Amino acid sequence: MMRLTLRVWRQPGPDARGEFRTYIANGVSEHMSFLEMLDVVNEDLLVRGDEPIAFDHDCREGICGSCALMINGLPHGPKRATTACQLHMRSFRDGDTITVEPWRARAFPVLRDLIVDRSAFDRIIASGGFVSAPTGSAQDANAILVSKDRSDLAMDAAACIGCGACVAACPNGSAILFTSAKVAHLGLLPQGQPERDRRVLGMVRQMDLEEFGGCTLFEECEAACPKEISVENIARMNRDVLRATLRDRGQVPVEVAGG
Amino acid sequence: MKLDAKIPGGPLADKWDRHRADLRLVSPANKRKFHVIVVGSGLAGASAAASLAELGYQVSCFCFQDSPRRAHSIAAQGGINAAKNYQNDGDSTWRLFYDTIKGGDFRSREANVYRLAQVSASIIDQCVAQGVPFAREYGGMLANRSFGGAQVSRTFYARGQTGQQLLLGAYQALERMIGKGAIKMYSRHEMLELVVVNERARGIVARDLITGEMASFAGDAVVLATGGYGNAFFLSTNAKGCNVTAAFRAYKKGAGFANPCFTQIHPTCIPVSGEYQSKLTLMSESLRNDGRVWVPKAHGDARAPREIPEAARDYYLERKYPAFGNLAPRDIASRAAKEACDDGRGVGPGGRGVYLDFSSAIQRLGEATIRERYGNLFEMYERITGENPYTVPMRIYPAVHYTMGGLWVDYNLMSNLSGLHVIGEANFSDHGANRLGASALMQGLADGYFILPYTIGDYLAGTKLEAVDASHAAFKEAETRASTQTSRLLSISGTRSVDSFHKELGHVMWNDCGMARTRDGLQRALTRIPEIRAEFWENVKVPGSAATLNQSLEKAGRVADFLEFGELVCLDALQREESCGGHFRTEYQTADGEARRNDEAFAHVAVWEHRGLEQAPIRHVEPLDFEFVKLATRSYK
Repeated sequence: MMRLTLRVWRQPGPDARGEFRTYIANGVSEHMSFLEMLDVVNEDLLVRGDEPIAFDHDCREGICGSCALMINGLPHGPKRATTACQLHMRSFRDGDTITVEPWRARAFPVLRDLIVDRSAFDRIIASGGFVSAPTGSAQDANAILVSKDRSDLAMDAAACIGCGACVAACPNGSAILFTSAKVAHLGLLPQGQPERDRRVLGMVRQMDLEEFGGCTLFEECEAACPKEISVENIARMNRDVLRATLRDRGQVPVEVAGG
Repeated sequence: MKLDAKIPGGPLADKWDRHRADLRLVSPANKRKFHVIVVGSGLAGASAAASLAELGYQVSCFCFQDSPRRAHSIAAQGGINAAKNYQNDGDSTWRLFYDTIKGGDFRSREANVYRLAQVSASIIDQCVAQGVPFAREYGGMLANRSFGGAQVSRTFYARGQTGQQLLLGAYQALERMIGKGAIKMYSRHEMLELVVVNERARGIVARDLITGEMASFAGDAVVLATGGYGNAFFLSTNAKGCNVTAAFRAYKKGAGFANPCFTQIHPTCIPVSGEYQSKLTLMSESLRNDGRVWVPKAHGDARAPREIPEAARDYYLERKYPAFGNLAPRDIASRAAKEACDDGRGVGPGGRGVYLDFSSAIQRLGEATIRERYGNLFEMYERITGENPYTVPMRIYPAVHYTMGGLWVDYNLMSNLSGLHVIGEANFSDHGANRLGASALMQGLADGYFILPYTIGDYLAGTKLEAVDASHAAFKEAETRASTQTSRLLSISGTRSVDSFHKELGHVMWNDCGMARTRDGLQRALTRIPEIRAEFWENVKVPGSAATLNQSLEKAGRVADFLEFGELVCLDALQREESCGGHFRTEYQTADGEARRNDEAFAHVAVWEHRGLEQAPIRHVEPLDFEFVKLATRSYK
């Protein structure tokens, strides 16, 4: 059993001032997940009459993308390709001090404690991150052939869980890994071709409107990504932006921009 | 309570086509005059909201998560069934229908299940058109794998993340329509009341989870796509936020709740490791394609698994069910694991686990192939347990996973409450007493893409709806009711946390209403649950205020509903005096321990009508007529 010191960001609301507060976590088992450790701390706080630490979480299986904790300055903590919900306490040692913060980025305002507003990601998808295929209009699935290699690459990009770790890791708060993963997923597939130009221009424009920063080329995003989304997708997206800009002279059709 | 299933006449294969031809239509110009409220944004909700908006309806969609993309459908791993017969192995609509109805232990409606099998192929077409990256063969065609309860390969998959990819497809379609202004999305909103005006569902009251504000939303029809209630057991594979609140509040407003005792225990989950455990993690059933399940033959054989020789191992599924072996349906595989552990042959901490061993598959196919098929699942297992499943067999144990029961709906997916439609896991309609693997995704998308968009039009075209907006007294009354409950929860100021009550309820549910149920146990639970509930309302501690983001308050409301709903599950389990599918009553079993159905007395849907907490609910019955299949004892031997 471990005893840990936690420094946790507490902020009562979006406009309130936040601060670090220190808590002791006793009796932490190495088999607990990081979130289960927080559950135990929260039970303790509650019994003592304090308000529990608010944090987003849902599936606790590393797939829903809800959890969003900066642990000791690293999005999702120290373990490679692992979300905070699947980070287990065996990654820490008895006596450790652990700092827990929310994602910090202008486009992700803090709502409370460790919870941020990531709805900017939804708006980026709404600005082109789809194939327009109204229900009922599809042909037989095997009429579209996709080579296995291409399909696998598309799947690699599609594995993004939209957690925002890439943004949190980037010194500029750039959403380029997130955006490029969707651009690449659909752009690699034949189904994504007709809207390829509109998609990339619409999504990039929305990304800028949301005040995400520009790419730093540091590749911190890839290192932080719990699904190991590759920065190669950024190269793919940049190519697509160039292609689309040259072909369409930078004109994003109004409809693509959403709203 | 009037229960008319509205099943169309005629031959099974023609029912849906004929029905579609008979459904009334709303003209394109009139569609935009109708406002449909969709609660939930998982596979069923997102696909329905997108499809309805594409048709031209005004749609509002609600989810409690911070983004519709996070609905729990995202966690489904293994795959989605469809009767494409791409493998030329003899699959057909009839076979998928038959497997599903047999897998459900003959407790579902023939017409609904047949329709599900019919539209299954269109789902795959639709998803591929959206860009869902299903697994493919080198020739560019779609790949398939086999799954429990079937002898053909009809399961389409995207690595171990099929639910994620299908949900992202539906989510992208949803976001596309949001971008066009055709759908208004309300994330971080939780439905707390269904509003009924003149006996029709006309809207909801939802709480904004950021500001705490209670608001009313009026519409012409309400669609609940709010998932299942597995979290009544506290520990389940469901996401932490999954709850029964929307469905249960609809039940309290008069919607019938069907077969609540039909809950599914999934055989391949990672065992519990301690008291702090907050949820259980599922390992896809597809692992049983290549993994072999075993326990030591001898009691108390504490040797490391690799040191136990073949002769001292009991591959009990292969032994008991030679025809299906490790691919026996979920209910059967789960009970068999429980039996082995109850017999004192379980492995791991507390003896509550069995091995799932890949060594022979690795020998036969090589580690690379196994990695390709299950790599991400193996990694997940290692992350959680700290053990490497390429060298040490996995330990698994059953856990609550899915709930077949749900709000009663007719063939049009409308509940007995006019205007209230229920789709996906939230309804009861297609899986009977047990769901087959890879069928939940199929049903959610069938309902949302291909069934509801037709049937809701019939309701809207054929119903005279008076103008109702959120200023109507019924909305004010519902808002007051919802606010009163939140204030009451905050004012109790007791000494125990919400979680402690939830865990206590979960223990009762798991022990007395879990994998094996007895009359005594269920009666004990029915005494105990009201006691826990009474203490909850006297001694729960919910800190903070109603006017902010308050996760304790959110949980408290959900647990308050589970504390009432759990009783309904136990009552239903008590009164269904037979064993079928996931509902196993130890009093009703064959000599060799298999479920013994009682078709004469229980070939029906049990539908519960709420009458207030002081009075017991009334159990109504919808008889199940089997015109086209012969009721048979399930055998996977």
